[in-house]
Amino acid sequence: MSLLSFRGGVHPPHYKEATERCKVEKAKEPTRVVIPLQQHIGAPCEAVVKVGDKVKVGQKIGEAKAFVCAPVHSSVSGEVKQITKMLAPTGEAQCVVIESDGLNEVHESVKPKGDLANLSAKEIIEIVKEAGIVGMGGATFPTHVKLSVPPDKNVDTIILNGAECEPYLTADHRLMLENPESIVFGLRAMMKGTNVSKAYIGIENNKPDAIESMKNAAKEYNEIEVVGLQTKYPQGAEKQLIYACTKREVPSGGLPMEAGVIVNNVATASAIGNAIKTGMPLIERICTITGKGIKEPKNLLIKVGTSIKEIIEQCGGYNGTPGKLILGGPMMGHAQYTDEICSTKGTSGILVFTPEEARLPEPKACIRCGKCVEICPAFLQPIYVSAYSLNNMYDTAEKYRALDCIECGSCSFICPSKRPLLQSIRVAKREIIAKKRKSK
Amino acid sequence: MENRLIASSSPHIRADESVNKIMRDVVIALLPATLAGVYFFRMGAVKVILAAVIAAVLTEAAIQKICKKPVTINDWSAVVTGLLLAFNVPASAPWWIPVIGSIFAIAIVKQVFGGLGHNFMNPALAARAMLLASWPVQMTAWVKPGVDAVSTATTLGMLKEGTGEVLPSLGDLIIGNVGGCIGETSALLLIIGGIYLVYRGVITPRIPVIYIGTVAVLMLIFGGFDITYMLTHVFAGGLMIGAIYMATDYASSPVTPKGQIIFALGCGILTAVIRKFGGYPEGVSYSILVMNVVAPLIDKYTSPRVFGEVK
Ligand code: SF4
Ligand code: SF4
Repeated sequence: MSLLSFRGGVHPPHYKEATERCKVEKAKEPTRVVIPLQQHIGAPCEAVVKVGDKVKVGQKIGEAKAFVCAPVHSSVSGEVKQITKMLAPTGEAQCVVIESDGLNEVHESVKPKGDLANLSAKEIIEIVKEAGIVGMGGATFPTHVKLSVPPDKNVDTIILNGAECEPYLTADHRLMLENPESIVFGLRAMMKGTNVSKAYIGIENNKPDAIESMKNAAKEYNEIEVVGLQTKYPQGAEKQLIYACTKREVPSGGLPMEAGVIVNNVATASAIGNAIKTGMPLIERICTITGKGIKEPKNLLIKVGTSIKEIIEQCGGYNGTPGKLILGGPMMGHAQYTDEICSTKGTSGILVFTPEEARLPEPKACIRCGKCVEICPAFLQPIYVSAYSLNNMYDTAEKYRALDCIECGSCSFICPSKRPLLQSIRVAKREIIAKKRKSK
Repeated sequence: MENRLIASSSPHIRADESVNKIMRDVVIALLPATLAGVYFFRMGAVKVILAAVIAAVLTEAAIQKICKKPVTINDWSAVVTGLLLAFNVPASAPWWIPVIGSIFAIAIVKQVFGGLGHNFMNPALAARAMLLASWPVQMTAWVKPGVDAVSTATTLGMLKEGTGEVLPSLGDLIIGNVGGCIGETSALLLIIGGIYLVYRGVITPRIPVIYIGTVAVLMLIFGGFDITYMLTHVFAGGLMIGAIYMATDYASSPVTPKGQIIFALGCGILTAVIRKFGGYPEGVSYSILVMNVVAPLIDKYTSPRVFGEVK
């Protein structure tokens, strides 16, 4: 099997040993869930329940009022206690607080959607939208938007991302081992929904068992090809994955669609499969809870809205004093100030570092080693973009194509002087975009 | 407990790389050639090497103390500069030659421009050029390898002047059993050190291979396709140390891959032209220094094509 890849990238240690062999367990039923009305990129939802309402599992509690928006559903049955602004993983957000009655009564709207053969493309996309499905790799972009191909665009390929190139995380890996059929079913639904006849499932070759398992599940379908990818970060980044599988480059500043490709995470495909087969919207997901700061690392199936603190308690609690709490992986995940927040559709990992691991390295002067230039998968020169950003020369930073940065963090990772490269590039990006908005 | 959580920006893990490690690797790579220098040139070499390294480290510490900057001598970079400077001095030189050289390299070339990473020229090379201009006699008093320190000319010198002396065999040239600067004699050990640096990811083979390759091709043409002439130019003199350890100096070479190729080509062409048509038998130092000066320009005009960008 030849290994596909892209140019650039780094090789962080995997740290996956702690959980890669842990079967997915169901997390304890939460007694109370806090469900943010915005768990996706785009406009927030509007609450369609009131305080005091009884809700059931799978019942819609937030309605999407815009196109780039995904509805949210209750993950438990019980009573709405509060609708208020609270701290969520992505910042302050309007949240619906539901106290569970422990019965897990399923809402009437949750019904199997019938045979894939009898569903039209439009119906499939509608199901995806109504199920509130978003990109589950962490980016949480509403999936129905990705699948709605404008008539002037020609999409011929779907790629499922099973690379899981972030260190520590094993949620997708376990899913591919334990429920490959659901992924393939979801993929076929997407192919039908977008009228695409070719699909790849890309998996890094450090997971040979997952490659095997997916090959097996897809063997009846000639149009689906399972491909091994070189183990390298950021193999799962959208543009890099497209290049690895198809050798096509997404135009700078453009969407994957412009290269004729749609990329989705394997977990997203599985959620789609689930939504069609059972009718259950996206209310739970697999999450890897790991790191030296966790007593018993696990892969858990957790309901959206469960408190992170409770989840960590189920994993034996903290191993000593925690130094850093990260939602997502160590390369692109978000560090949190507190564990008193809820999990969301995008919580692929909960990673806890010891204070030792969390200590920030002291940045030194750049020694111009050129390593950041050598490894940037977007082919930027992080050394210069960052330097111009630090000097407030955002126009020059833009000329050095700051906006093409995919924020993978490889440059900061590799820099021997421990310079905060990505951090400063983000600042430049923000400034440039703000200026563009103003001048519009 | 809560407020003790560190909420910094991603990425949250960093590679196990550091400036110290890189510089220490360079020192390790230079060790075999250092030992060879000591073996061939005995106490003369020991004296020059120690003087250069100690002066470099002390100067760095003193300047940083005076400027109230953090003292960074434990990052090994001053050791590298001192060692490289010593490599470029004949073993017969009096002790104060390397001392002045190191002080100049660190104080003027490195620290005045802001320290590690900011020097636009290779400090050791700039110092060598200064020494050569100021004390030409001491800087070219070559000796034959061995205890007695019999004076001799360098191989390239013999080749240039056509003195009629018997040229050393290629084997001696490669092993380093010839007259010349302390560290530039053993091509073989310098190459082994270079391979170590590539293996450790400290340098890419780009600059050394293209630099040496360019000199080889041009010398083959200039010499009328005389293979021995070409090989003598490749293995004699400062080409190996220059191409592997000096032209790859981070601060004074381009950071873009394309820029590095142009830079190395430029070094190679200049070296060959100086050796063939110029007044010096050598040419490596001046070639690299000249290319150092244009490196920022090269960098500017060789921005890589961004992923997905149509140029
Ligand atoms: S990796 Fe760091 S030290 Fe090296 S060139 Fe880039 S910013 Fe400078
Ligand atoms: S500049 Fe952006 S795209 Fe390039 S390595 Fe850094 S974070 Fe990744």
